[in-house]
Amino acid sequence: MPFAALRADFPALHQTVHGKPLVYLDNAATTHKPRVVLDALARYYERDNSNVHRGLHALSMRATDSYEAARARAARFINAADPAEIVFTRGTTEGINLVAQSWCAAHLRQGDVILTTEMEHHSNLVPWQVAARRAGATLRFVPVAGDDAEHGLDLDALDSLLTPQVKLFAFTHISNTLGTINPAAELCARARRAGALTVVDAAQSAGHEPLDVRALGCDFLAFSGHKMAGPTGIGILYGRRVLLDTLEPWQTGGGMVASVTYEGAKWKPSPERHEAGTPNIADAVALHAAMDWLDALGRPALAAHNHALAALAAEMLAEIPGLRLLGPRPGEPRAGLVSFALKDAHAHDVVTFADQDGIALRGGHHCNQPLMRKLGLTGTTRASFYAYNSADEITTLATSLRRIVKFFGSA
Amino acid sequence: MSDFDDLYRDLILDHAKRPRNRGKPPTANRAATGDNPTCGDNCTVHLRLDDGGRISAIGFEGSGCAISTASASIMTTQLKGKTAPEAETAFAGLKDILATGKPPEDFNELAAFAGVHAFPARIKCATLAWHAALEAMKTEPASSS
Repeated sequence: MPFAALRADFPALHQTVHGKPLVYLDNAATTHKPRVVLDALARYYERDNSNVHRGLHALSMRATDSYEAARARAARFINAADPAEIVFTRGTTEGINLVAQSWCAAHLRQGDVILTTEMEHHSNLVPWQVAARRAGATLRFVPVAGDDAEHGLDLDALDSLLTPQVKLFAFTHISNTLGTINPAAELCARARRAGALTVVDAAQSAGHEPLDVRALGCDFLAFSGHKMAGPTGIGILYGRRVLLDTLEPWQTGGGMVASVTYEGAKWKPSPERHEAGTPNIADAVALHAAMDWLDALGRPALAAHNHALAALAAEMLAEIPGLRLLGPRPGEPRAGLVSFALKDAHAHDVVTFADQDGIALRGGHHCNQPLMRKLGLTGTTRASFYAYNSADEITTLATSLRRIVKFFGSA
Repeated sequence: MSDFDDLYRDLILDHAKRPRNRGKPPTANRAATGDNPTCGDNCTVHLRLDDGGRISAIGFEGSGCAISTASASIMTTQLKGKTAPEAETAFAGLKDILATGKPPEDFNELAAFAGVHAFPARIKCATLAWHAALEAMKTEPASSS
C-alpha cells in the first residue's frame, strides 16, 4: 500500500497494547491525528493564544486571522460559495441540533413531516424526534430495503414518502453501521423537487471522500473534525447563506450581536449569529491543518485506499464460519468499514479478545438501536479503516477473528 | 494467568456456552428486565417465590455477552431456595468480588468473576441479571399462575 509511509506521521500509532503492536481499526469513531495537526494546536497556544473578533492588539488580530482562515479553508474544503456558510460547532451532533432547534422552531408546523431514514445514527434521529414533538409534526422513515435491510435504503419508496407535508429530509451520507454509501446528490435532488430542505450527516464522509456541497445540492450539511484527522470538540455546519442569515440563533450572548440595549438586541448575520460566546479557536486552527493534510494526501486517493481495504476485509471475513457481514453486497461500493456479527460470540467478547491482540475494534449498537432491532441483532462488531491502515493489519484482524470463533464456539 | 484468561475462566465459558435455567419456568409468576444501555443487551429474569418467600423456580431470557450470560446462568443456580435478603447478601458478595478483584474466603462459584475487576467496562455485564432478579422479587406476582 502506498500509504504505509504515513504511519510515521501519527505518534499515537507507535505503541503496543497488551504487548502487541497497536492495530487501530476504530476510525469511524475517531481517527488519529498527524503530527502537523498536533503541531498546529500547540503552535496556536504557544504563539497566538488570544480571544477573537473583539481585540485590537497583535495577538488578538493573529488569532482572529487564524480562526477566519480556518473558516475560509473549510468553505474551500467542501466547495461552499462563501465562508459565511460555515458555522463552527462542537461536532456533527451540535450542527444537527442547531438546525433541529432553530430552523424547526421557526418553520415546522403541526401536521408537517420530517423525513429521515431507518439507518440514521442517534444524532440524526433524536434531535428530529424532539423537534417534531415540539411542533406537533411527525417523523417518517425511508425504510432499509426489506429482506435486504442490512444492505441499504429502499429508494423505490422515496417518491411516495416525499409528500408535500415533508418540510425537511435528513439523511446520512455514509452509514456508520453498514458502510453503505447513499446517493446523496440524487436524494437531495428528489427532495428539492418535492419542496423539502435537506440535511446531510457527513460525519463518516467528510474526512474520507471528496465532498462538494454545491454538487450535492444540499441545504445543510454537518461533520466533525475528530473523524477526519482533526481534534475533538470542533465541527462544521454548512448551510446555504440565505438560510443561515435568516435563521434565528439557538444560543445568544457575546460575539453574535450587532447591537444591544437593556431592552433587546439585534443579531449579526451568519456565521457570527450562530457562534455565541468565545469559539473553539485552537481546534478550528488545528482543523485547518487537518484539511490541508487531507488535501495534500488527496481525498480521491484516500477514498480509493479505504474502499480497497474494506473490500479486502469483506472478502477475508466472508470466509470465516458463522460470520454475518452487513452492508453493501460484494461488488457494490463499500465505505471504509466492515460491520459483522458472529454466531457464537457477542460483539463485546469479540472486542475484548481482539484487544488482547492489540486490535482496536468497536462492538455494540453503534448508536443505531432501532436498526439493530430491525436486523434482529443486539449489536455488531465493526472494523473501520483510515489512511494509515494496511492490508497486513486486515490479515491480523482475520487471524484474530478465527481464534475468537474457536474460543467462543459451541462446537 | 493473563487478565484475559482470568476474565474468561473455564467456569464462565462453560456457563456462557451451555447456560443453565435458560427460559421462563412454567410456574414463574414474577419477572423483571434489566437493560445495559452501553451495549443494548437485556436480561429478563422470571421467578416464583414460595409461601416462605424463597425462590422455588428461576430462569432467564435475553441476549448478552459471555460474561452476562454466564453471570445470569450461575446466578440462577445460586439463588434457588434463597429469600430476598439472602439474595441481596449474595449480590453484595459478588459486587465486592468485582470491586476488589479478590475472591471471598468461603469458596463459591461467584469467585469466577474476580477477573472482571480488571475490565471495568464489563462490570455491568456481570451485574445485569442480578439487578433484574432482585427487582423481580419486589414485583407483585401475576395472578394468572
